[in-house]
Order: sequence, then structure tokens, then C-alpha cells
Amino acid sequence: MDENIRLQVTRYRPDKDTVPGWQEYDVPLRKEWTVLDGLNHVKNEVDTTLAFRWSCRMGICGSCGMNVNGEPRLTCATFLSDYAPGPVTVEPLGNFPIVRDLVVDIGDFMAKLPRVKPWIIRDEEKSVDDGEYLQTPEELDAYKQFSMCINCMLCYAACPVYGLDPDFVGPAAIALAERYDLDSRDQGARERLDVLIEHEGVWGCTFVGECTRVCPKHVDPAGAIQRYKLKAAQESVKMFLLPRAFR
Amino acid sequence: MSRHVADDLTYRRPMSVWWWTRRRSYFLFVMRELSSIFIAWFVLYLLLFVRAVGRGEAAYEDFLDAAASPWLVAINVVAFVFVLLHTATWFLLTPQAMVVAVRGHRVPAAAIIGAQYLGLAVVSAFVYWLVTR
Amino acid sequence: MPRPRPPLTTKRRIEPLVWLAFSGGGVTAAMFMPILAFLFALAFPLGWIDPPEHDHLAAVVGHPVTFLVLFGMFVLMLVHAAHRFRYTLYDGLQVKHTGLVAVLCYGGAAAGAFAAFHLLGGAT
Repeated sequence: MDENIRLQVTRYRPDKDTVPGWQEYDVPLRKEWTVLDGLNHVKNEVDTTLAFRWSCRMGICGSCGMNVNGEPRLTCATFLSDYAPGPVTVEPLGNFPIVRDLVVDIGDFMAKLPRVKPWIIRDEEKSVDDGEYLQTPEELDAYKQFSMCINCMLCYAACPVYGLDPDFVGPAAIALAERYDLDSRDQGARERLDVLIEHEGVWGCTFVGECTRVCPKHVDPAGAIQRYKLKAAQESVKMFLLPRAFR
Repeated sequence: MSRHVADDLTYRRPMSVWWWTRRRSYFLFVMRELSSIFIAWFVLYLLLFVRAVGRGEAAYEDFLDAAASPWLVAINVVAFVFVLLHTATWFLLTPQAMVVAVRGHRVPAAAIIGAQYLGLAVVSAFVYWLVTR
Repeated sequence: MPRPRPPLTTKRRIEPLVWLAFSGGGVTAAMFMPILAFLFALAFPLGWIDPPEHDHLAAVVGHPVTFLVLFGMFVLMLVHAAHRFRYTLYDGLQVKHTGLVAVLCYGGAAAGAFAAFHLLGGAT
């Protein structure tokens, strides 16, 4: 098979360009080739100056997310043949600042992630001698879906609210907060809700639902955010109704 | 439009005012949100209807005649379509927004959606019975 | 006696309560608006279904329970509409005067609630 498919790739060289432009590359259209394989072909055989991020090629590291034909995708899990005869546009992940070509600045997400404390919080840590925290299969199932997140940030690229208001904590971080809230070993729900009940927490979300649709791991961040709203509402009603002594 | 600062060479892409026309799902989302206008319109319309009923038989007949005028019918048909869009999308999204568990087992989404349509049928039948009996 | 579980938050915020009213209004609108709009805005004026006698409708509308139910439903639906439209202006049209938009939307809902009280009260 020597058929080719054309890639239209965003180029942005910060030292030379003031705005991003396009460059076209023809790459072999092979049945088993992904968009990432096409980009690697360009990098190895055609144009070594093209910059993009990737690592594992098997949909688990979460670094190769790009907008393919306008839709946030893991390029290692997106096959060129699905876009034949082409052309296929490959742009940097939406809503993030472009550093160079297809590489985006993920600093904002990295700063937001620890704000929701995505780790197990205990009132009192058990000592190692006391043994491990046990969990039943049912307790594992309660949060398992939300633990599948690979921090690929496709959900941020799909979220118009994040695009319009960069202060919004955003889908993946809130889904991870829910992941630890639902963990039977965790006691940090209060600390997380205190962060997410703020204006830039869950309230900017208008339930567009695109985060859930583009998630390659079926995490359902949109569902997590709405459930957080419900939780915040229930707790707020309690806060207003319960006498101070019970708090 | 680039927003270059001396030490920040990253390029921030501006978001077009027309972003929601670029993808079908975004467009449907904005239509769903615009149903709010028509919900408010019908609240206003029903309030005026109630006022006409309260003012006596003649005012009631006049209101019904006015409501049959082409302009008002056109507005109400469009508004009714948006109300249906609101109902359908609201029911569809409910299972995602809340987890319902019965005896420790999560109720499947289809059951929650079905229960809501059942509720809609009961409510509709009751309202119909109340106003026409 | 077991103490009630303390709230999960230490913060008093207005957003959760507004969202609760928004959701309540959304459920009310989804459940009641299709039949109400169909009957009163289309079927009765256009004669698809014979409009009810005035005396009967006046009796239904004049009942205090009807007043309470309609008033509660209308206020919730107005808050629902105001809240949703507010975010449509932010996201869809990228209106930047967020404070002004909020005041106008919720102010409109409050004015609507005031009007509802008087119009419904006047009919009973």
C-alpha cells in the first residue's frame, strides 16, 4: 500500500512567528498507523523541526493529546485510516497556550491539580504496624471509574467554560476530587468541598457534557461535577439549618 | 491576535464569539440553554392567562381570541418546541447528575429516565383532568 | 442519641442555594410546562380541545391550594430561567459585565415573582 494521507499541522515557532500557521505533510496511509505514527514519520523522515509530545503509544501516559480535525483526541489511539482520504488537521490541544508547534503549556492544570488534594487524607494516619487500609470490592467499585483518569487534559480542551474562564478548576481535577471523596479510606471530603464550593470551583460548569464525551478513559467528569454541585447544595442547606453546636 | 509579553512567548488562542456554531454538540448545548427564555415566556403567558380568568368571562374569551392570533401562535409553537427540548435534555442528563441507589445497587440510567417520563405522563394526565373535568 | 453528621463544608455560600432553586425549577419546568403550554397556549386557543368553561377555570384558579402551587412553581421556574440565561450570556455571547448580567437576570426573576404574587393573588 503506497497510498498517502495529508496532515495539516499547526506550526508555531515562538522566536520567529507572532501567530501560528499551517504546514502540510504527506504521510503513508497504513491500516495500523495512528496520527502519532504519522507525526513520528514526519519527525524521523521529513522535518526534524516539528515539536510534539508523546511517550507510551498505548493510551496510558496521557501526553499525546491533540486536536485532530478539531476534536481533542489521544493521537496514539486515533487511526489515520478513519480520516481517509484526508486531509487531517492536527492542532495543539485546545484552550491551552501554545509553546511550540503542537506542544502546549500545561502549567495551569498542574497548578490546579493539587488544589483539590487528590490524595488520601486521614484524620489520623494509621501506623505501618497497624497494617493496611482494607477495602472490599464494592468499595473499590465506588470510585474505580474516576480513578481511570490519565491526566491527558482532553476534557479541558473540550470544555468551553474553561476556554472562556481560565480560573475554572476544570473537569479532570474535579473528577479526581470525587475519586478520593468516594474512596472508603479517605476522610478529606470536607477539605475538598471547601475548595470546590468556591465560585471558581464547580459553579462555572454549565454541564455542556463534552468533557465526558471526549474522555478516552470513560471517567465522566461532567457527572462528577454535577454530583459535587448536589453535594455542595445538600451540605449548604445543612449549614444554614443546623444549629452551630452540631457542626 | 497575539498577546505577546516580553518573557512569555506562548501563544494564547482567542475564543470566537461563534464557538458554539462550530460543533453540533456545542450548538445543541446553547439551544438547550436558550430554552430558559421560553420557560420564562410561558410563565409570563400563564400569569396573564390567570389574570384574564380572574377578570371574568369576557376577559377570558378575549384572551383566548388574542392567543389565537398568528403572531402569538407562532411564538408559542417555537416556545413549545424549546420546552420539549428542555424536558428531553433534562431527563436525559439527570442520571448523570445524580446517583440513585436502591438497596446498595445503583439504579441504571435507563430506569431513571423511564421513571421521569412516567412522572411526566402522570403529571400531564392530572393537569388535563383538573382543567377539563 | 447519635449526633447528626456535621456539614461537609465550613463555608456559607449563596451559589449552592441558587443552584438548588435552579434545579428545582428545571424539574418543575420539565414535568409541568409541556402540558401547561400545550393546553393553554395551543390546544385551547386554537380549538384543538374545547376550552373549559370559565366558571370551572375560575374555581380552580381561585382555590388557595392552586395559588400556593402555581406561585411556588412560577418562582422556581423564573429562578431557573434567570440562572440559566445568565450563564448563556457569559458563555454563548461572552458578555463581560458579569455583575450587571447577574443583577439583571436575578432582578428580572424577582420582579417576575412580585408580579406573580399580585397577578395570582388578584385572581383568587
